[in-house]
Amino acid sequence: MSDLRQPHEAEIIERVQETPNIYTLRLRFTDPAVHQAYRFAPGQFNMLYLYGVGEVPISIVSDPEDEHIVDHTIRAVGRVTDAMARLQVGERLGVRGPYGRGWPVEQASGRDVVIVTGGLGCAPVVSVIHYVLKRREQFGKLTIMQGVKHADDLIWREQYEAWSQLPNTQVLIAADEGGTMWPWHVGHVPALFDKAGLDKANSTVMMCGPEGMMIAAGKTLLEQGMPAEDIYLSMERNMQCGAGKCGHCQMGGQFVCKDGPVFSWPEIVARLGVKGV
Amino acid sequence: MSQHVFLSHRDSQRLFDALDRAGYQAQAPQPKDGALVFSPIRQASDLPWGQHDTQRPGHYRLSQDDSPRAFAWANGPQALKPQLFAPSEPLWQVARDADGKLRFQACAPKPQKRALIGVRPCDLAALAIHDAHFLGGERDGHYAARREGLLLVAVNCSHPAQTCFCVSTGDGPAAKEDSGYDLLLDELDDGFVIRAGSGAGEQLLAGLALEAATPGQLASAKGQQHQATQGQLRHLPDNMASALPNQMTHPQWDKVAERCLACGNCTAVCPTCFCHSEREQPALDGASSEHLREWDSCFSSGHSYLHGHLVRESGAQRYRQWLMHKLAWWPEQFGRIGCVGCGRCISWCPVGIDISAEAHLLCQGGEA
Ligand SMILES: Cc1cc2nc3c(=O)[nH]c(=O)nc-3n(C[C@H](O)[C@H](O)[C@H](O)COP(=O)(O)OP(=O)(O)OC[C@H]3O[C@@H](n4cnc5c(N)ncnc54)[C@H](O)[C@@H]3O)c2cc1C
Ligand code: SF4
Ligand code: SF4
Ligand code: FES
Repeated sequence: MSDLRQPHEAEIIERVQETPNIYTLRLRFTDPAVHQAYRFAPGQFNMLYLYGVGEVPISIVSDPEDEHIVDHTIRAVGRVTDAMARLQVGERLGVRGPYGRGWPVEQASGRDVVIVTGGLGCAPVVSVIHYVLKRREQFGKLTIMQGVKHADDLIWREQYEAWSQLPNTQVLIAADEGGTMWPWHVGHVPALFDKAGLDKANSTVMMCGPEGMMIAAGKTLLEQGMPAEDIYLSMERNMQCGAGKCGHCQMGGQFVCKDGPVFSWPEIVARLGVKGV
Repeated sequence: MSQHVFLSHRDSQRLFDALDRAGYQAQAPQPKDGALVFSPIRQASDLPWGQHDTQRPGHYRLSQDDSPRAFAWANGPQALKPQLFAPSEPLWQVARDADGKLRFQACAPKPQKRALIGVRPCDLAALAIHDAHFLGGERDGHYAARREGLLLVAVNCSHPAQTCFCVSTGDGPAAKEDSGYDLLLDELDDGFVIRAGSGAGEQLLAGLALEAATPGQLASAKGQQHQATQGQLRHLPDNMASALPNQMTHPQWDKVAERCLACGNCTAVCPTCFCHSEREQPALDGASSEHLREWDSCFSSGHSYLHGHLVRESGAQRYRQWLMHKLAWWPEQFGRIGCVGCGRCISWCPVGIDISAEAHLLCQGGEA
């Protein structure tokens, strides 16, 4: 794609309603040459454009080697994402990207992978979970830790249960408030680290979720002896261009859209949790 | 090094004619609504002869006397920014047919030969910063199209305003050799000492067939540059690079926020601010839509909006974003501070907040 700021037309090939307000759009560029040339890495994002309404940054959750399709899982929260939820199979939208620096999958190769997410679940880590599961022999143990407010907030519960059955894969979930039949931990995410039995010298941690959760989790990991440079986080800021031009995503001197959204702990720690940055 | 030649005020129309012959549309600062702004010009007689500006915090006034000079003032509210980075423009447009198919179309402006006369050294420095931002990394096609075909006739500053501090940022009052001008002028009471800084500039000068400047004229130009340097009252703190990054919790942020109106005038007049937002403008018939970009400011609430909350709620956080971006974080991004010392944000601030004074208060450590 030469001019990254002008979208390309894409068609919705399939639409999945994941929960009442979360949906997945499976897309294909209508221009075969564009589709052919399109490459991305896990953790990168696209700007999705809804005709006449506007653009939003959305992570790519499909596998980079899946040549047929580009998937986006979207939560309807506002102007663009609500209207986008009404699109049906066969309808068109605009896509430009991919943008940003994704997860350190090369660096993590041969090591254990620890995924930490919070809130209602986080699309950027879904891409890397799929990536690891599809290339199981390239990675060591996969640990997935998720914190939610209430047991009912866990979306893809079946998905987590299915993952927990896979060999060399551990799923740990904590809810601030449990519920009946809640098989997982009640409490906060950092408490899960004790249970996990992480091999701290040989793990790469990838986190995504509310900043407060990532800070608490990161600090606990550091206290337990995890090297700072093996901890990665995906950040979120307002994004208008995705391409390092509009200035909205700045966190101090960093542009989250192009220097991130994935940062290593040492790269971003000075700005983490500083109110107003 | 290019030769210095002399063009008398009496003959200055010859420069306009040469630009015209070479196919350039010329613009120069001219008084408009009480300030000097770039506007189309064909006649040397339309230059702002005898105009002066008086600037101080929160204040800008033009006045006229019978001075023989056309550039006896410091600057107006605009640098080159609006010439290249339009305040509002469509980035692309899209048409939707009856089947719902979308056709995206570029709408980049066409390159045009334009000559800007009366560009200040600080404006050149700000332009270099915007070149790095808009042309570096992913190239911005709209900026690039307007940048192409631009001829820069710069004039060294002989009358800095009370608000100027370009000496302390290293960007003026005289333009550096490699600062990107095509022609560079020093104005004396009876004309201009001129030299070329590019092939296009050389060609124009060759066509004018001017006499070499005399040693006396060169000495006057130098002397006046020296005076303009000596005359500046403001400067940035010497310890800024080391002290400022640590002042994130300084009490001065709250103090300045008590005065700041968060109006965004400073970011609008600042020649280096590049923030913009994007917005959709659908046609009434529903068959097409334009995707616009418009200047935005870190003082606006939408700037840091994330679904459900604002990253920068308070005025103090927004003022801190502005000052820290300019003076502490810009070097991380572009290898130099994002301020060229033009003083515009000081003059055009409705309550006269002075970025250089704030920087001094912040860099004095804990006390404010
Ligand atoms: C790198 C990145 C990846 C993301 N990946 C996903 C994903 O995979 N799935 C998903 O559901 N959401 C994702 N988001 C969040 C998503 O972009 C916002 O939920 C969305 O922009 C909200 O738009 P809206 O118009 O529906 O909401 P409104 O609240 O009406 O927002 C209006 C406008 O503000 C801006 N905006 C609001 N919230 C955000 C935000 N959180 N991030 C950036 N801009 C925002 C957008 O320009 C938006 O159009 C991601 C955000 C970022 C920065
Ligand atoms: S911060 Fe103020 S003085 Fe510095 S370049 Fe911008 S407008 Fe000029
Ligand atoms: S963040 Fe503020 S100071 Fe920095 S470029 Fe944008 S508007 Fe200017
Ligand atoms: S989203 Fe525009 S600069 Fe990062």
